[in-house]
Amino acid sequence: MDRREFIKIAGISSIFGLGGLTAFGTLKGKLEASQTGPSQNPQALKAKRWALVIDTTKFKTEEDFKRCIDACHKAHNVPHITDNIKHEIKWMWTDTYEHVFPGVEDEYLAEKVKEMPMLVLCNHCDNPACVRVCPTKATFKRKSDGIVMMDMHRCIGCRFCMAACPYGARSFNYKDPRPYMKEEDMNPEFPTRMKGVVEKCTFCYERLAKGLMPACVEASNGALIFGDLEDPNSEVRKILSERHSYRRRPELGTRPSVYYLF
Amino acid sequence: MYNGGKIIIGLIIFVGLIALPFVFSGKGASAKPEPKLDTPEILKLPETERKCVESKEYMKREHMKLLNEWRDWVVRDGLTIYTSSSGKQYTMSLQNTCMKCHSNKTKFCDECHNYTAVKPYCWDCHIKPKEKEL
Repeated sequence: MDRREFIKIAGISSIFGLGGLTAFGTLKGKLEASQTGPSQNPQALKAKRWALVIDTTKFKTEEDFKRCIDACHKAHNVPHITDNIKHEIKWMWTDTYEHVFPGVEDEYLAEKVKEMPMLVLCNHCDNPACVRVCPTKATFKRKSDGIVMMDMHRCIGCRFCMAACPYGARSFNYKDPRPYMKEEDMNPEFPTRMKGVVEKCTFCYERLAKGLMPACVEASNGALIFGDLEDPNSEVRKILSERHSYRRRPELGTRPSVYYLF
Repeated sequence: MYNGGKIIIGLIIFVGLIALPFVFSGKGASAKPEPKLDTPEILKLPETERKCVESKEYMKREHMKLLNEWRDWVVRDGLTIYTSSSGKQYTMSLQNTCMKCHSNKTKFCDECHNYTAVKPYCWDCHIKPKEKEL
């Protein structure tokens, strides 16, 4: 064997050796992953980007709003604080048309639209301002499904997110919320919050993980439609392609995932 | 010894004062913690299935790390199922998995946490299980 041949064989065998090592490594990793550790619930509802469509024409009475709000607040142990309006905690609530869609109000607008309460909640923006300002990454956009989540363990209560959110979708716990809840009304499967953290709607991530639709959607009798915005065959995409919809303050570039049908 | 009586009385009072904390804290502080595993939920299980998600030794040593990992997987990564080293699958949840068996927070968690004077903030948010009298 001459020198040239030796170098050839040595080179080829080292390439095979390295390739084999990496292949072995990934295989080993996969094997270990399937044995122990975390995994997604196979029953979980999956989407690339969750979105909610609110059909405002289907909300006719106060009761229609209350049903959704109560379902949400009961499922997530949201306290009912009435003694100081600034201390109120809201995951889902109603507001007037001119507050929800500022800039598009008009004096000749149909009376029924002008006076109709609008259901509002966190918009789960595609480009969320709150996430950009959070110094601890306590609020973050989940890569897997676009939900803007809160990690209460990390929240330090600086309230930057509340200042950043253009929709006022966040509430701060100025006091311990526990005394404002009746023990028999609490959902024992979900935590409460503590004094000094910010909270908001989480698109019911805990229900989605179990294969359930969000609590408000379930209680809405079809007035709220929930689905994957990036799946062209999903129910939300079908309804958005058929009917005209609005998002709140699109000029800000936050790209909300909550749509309103009129 | 000049003023011997007074000195001895003074010394006795001094030693007594120094020993006060030991007398008052008594057995409580030095008693070995014994977390109780006899909740109705655990007793209901057949003998062979009375196992935690991982071995007793591992849980004793690493439960705080395990809980932190569970929290990050569930809240941040959206993964909710834990496959233990025995191959059994569990839903990762303090309130809905751990405390469903260990429904005796005061006799289980607090027993050691008080002894070692650690104050985890779990229960500021998570709801304690209702403890039944045995």
